[in-house]
Amino acid sequence: MTSELFPNQPSIDFNPASLKKNLSSARTIFGLFMSGVAGLFTLLAIVPLFIILGYLLSKGISSLRWQVFTELPPPPLVEGGGFGNAILGTVIMVGIGGLISVPIGVMAAIYLSEFSQGKLADWIRFATNVLSGVPSIIIGVFAYSAIVLTTRTYSAWAGGFALAILMLPIIVRTTDEALKLVPQEVRQASIGIGANNYQTVLQVVLPAAMPAIITGVTLAVARAAGETAPLLFTALFTQYWPSWGNNLVEPTASLAVLVYNFAIVPFQNQQELAWAAAFILVVLVLLTSIISRIATSQRTY
Amino acid sequence: MNSSYGTKIQPRSAKERSLDISFYWAAKIFAIAIAGTLIWITIQVTLQGLPAITEFGLGFLTTSSWNPVRSEYGVLPAIYGTLVSSLIALLISVPIGLGVAIFLSEDYLPPAIQRIIVFLVELLAAVPSVVYGLWGIFVLIPFLKEITPLRGPGMLPAALILSVMILPTIAAISRDAIINVPSGLRQAAVGLGATRWEAILQIVLPAASSGIIGGIMLALGRAIGETMAVTMLIGNANKVDFSVFAPSNTIASLLANQFAEASGLQVAALMYAALILFVITLAVNVLAQLLVTRIQKI
Repeated sequence: MTSELFPNQPSIDFNPASLKKNLSSARTIFGLFMSGVAGLFTLLAIVPLFIILGYLLSKGISSLRWQVFTELPPPPLVEGGGFGNAILGTVIMVGIGGLISVPIGVMAAIYLSEFSQGKLADWIRFATNVLSGVPSIIIGVFAYSAIVLTTRTYSAWAGGFALAILMLPIIVRTTDEALKLVPQEVRQASIGIGANNYQTVLQVVLPAAMPAIITGVTLAVARAAGETAPLLFTALFTQYWPSWGNNLVEPTASLAVLVYNFAIVPFQNQQELAWAAAFILVVLVLLTSIISRIATSQRTY
Repeated sequence: MNSSYGTKIQPRSAKERSLDISFYWAAKIFAIAIAGTLIWITIQVTLQGLPAITEFGLGFLTTSSWNPVRSEYGVLPAIYGTLVSSLIALLISVPIGLGVAIFLSEDYLPPAIQRIIVFLVELLAAVPSVVYGLWGIFVLIPFLKEITPLRGPGMLPAALILSVMILPTIAAISRDAIINVPSGLRQAAVGLGATRWEAILQIVLPAASSGIIGGIMLALGRAIGETMAVTMLIGNANKVDFSVFAPSNTIASLLANQFAEASGLQVAALMYAALILFVITLAVNVLAQLLVTRIQKI
């Protein structure tokens, strides 16, 4: 048939077997080798996670007792004790950070996704990304000079302020993305039945985006709870309970700073408490990461 | 004709309109406040460091003594330590991160397993840095002491931990960049007879290069500013030593170690150091953002 259509075609000696993968060719071997290397690197990348988690599990659980949640950090060479004050301090400071950063962050994201066009929004998104890359120690230095130097005392407020700046870019970014996922038709329907901008945003768009926003806030909280550097010289550390009588204007303990302080002292009991505190921090981070994975897979629209 | 409609339709009340407008402005002001925070940080740190800036000038960058008693301050060893620890970390994590990105963007694994591994790599970024430091002190340093001439905290353990910490950034952003390369490019390459790896190395990676470089820059920014893990592992010795087994120092660990006990000119000197760190990370991050956003527009 073919030879009838193309009578002048030279007959080529075509061997269909040459289409098969030639296992001994250099190109195939190179490809197999590179695939092996990539797979090996992937294995190498997740091995540290399991090693670290393994150590945390074995060391953390063995030093975890009920007293660690209720008692105060022990002085050197004293057995027992816990870090109830550090847990409370972390909760207080992350709470302050959330109270500052959630309203600001959500409002800013509403502006970015709902009201803005063009250059200004681009600049603010850019600034948000840059802010999330500012080293946490710089934010600590900044909070020290802005709050500690003006109030002349270390306080939970200064620590909470520093954590708020850390949480802010995470909240803005996740909320911005969550709002963008709400379909445009929902807004048009709302405007179409006579709603104002603020009514559309607050009663229609925000509720639709709420699961993703809460996820973002949770991730921000988990990250803030594990941050040490911004608290080192804003909240400092203390062996005592936070006192409400002082309005929290006093050095305040936190889990992350406790891990740092107790890891670098040569006392075994302290080191065990450091492992227990690290275990709690990592469990918190893992739980929020997994929950956020599940929550973001569900959408309202 | 039903006349009751006409009477019910009214313009919005003044109260509603002012509510609407104030909501808009509140959102706008908060959004601008975020950019404002960045400027506020710059001004505050510069102002606090001003006494040291006028006192030491640019010589601060090239002096290597840090002596609060004699009021001599210089950050040369800290800058050296910052750059070297970050570069060693990059040397380790760039090839591994790229390998991970390629492996997890190809069809080697079923999608379900692939998603789990992507999640596990992301988890590495979520572990608090103080936990990495704790693990480094009690596990990594004793281990390294047995197989290398390391005698205690030093550059090597700090750089190794840094490489683990920045790996997820490189892997995640490179993977995004690779996945975003139009599939037509790869199909064309395969159609012309390229093998999988010829297509990856000659077509996909060059096309994704600006995103990959952006990811590496972001990781570099993270490594330069990383504080707790490095402070706990690097040994905090304020001298330039070219051995990776010797203790060293970074700007971030200098700040973490000295700030709480500093006073007077030492605070100003630390603020000056913080300003240098801030400017370096800002430059690296801005460049990285520009590169990363460029791929998103393709």
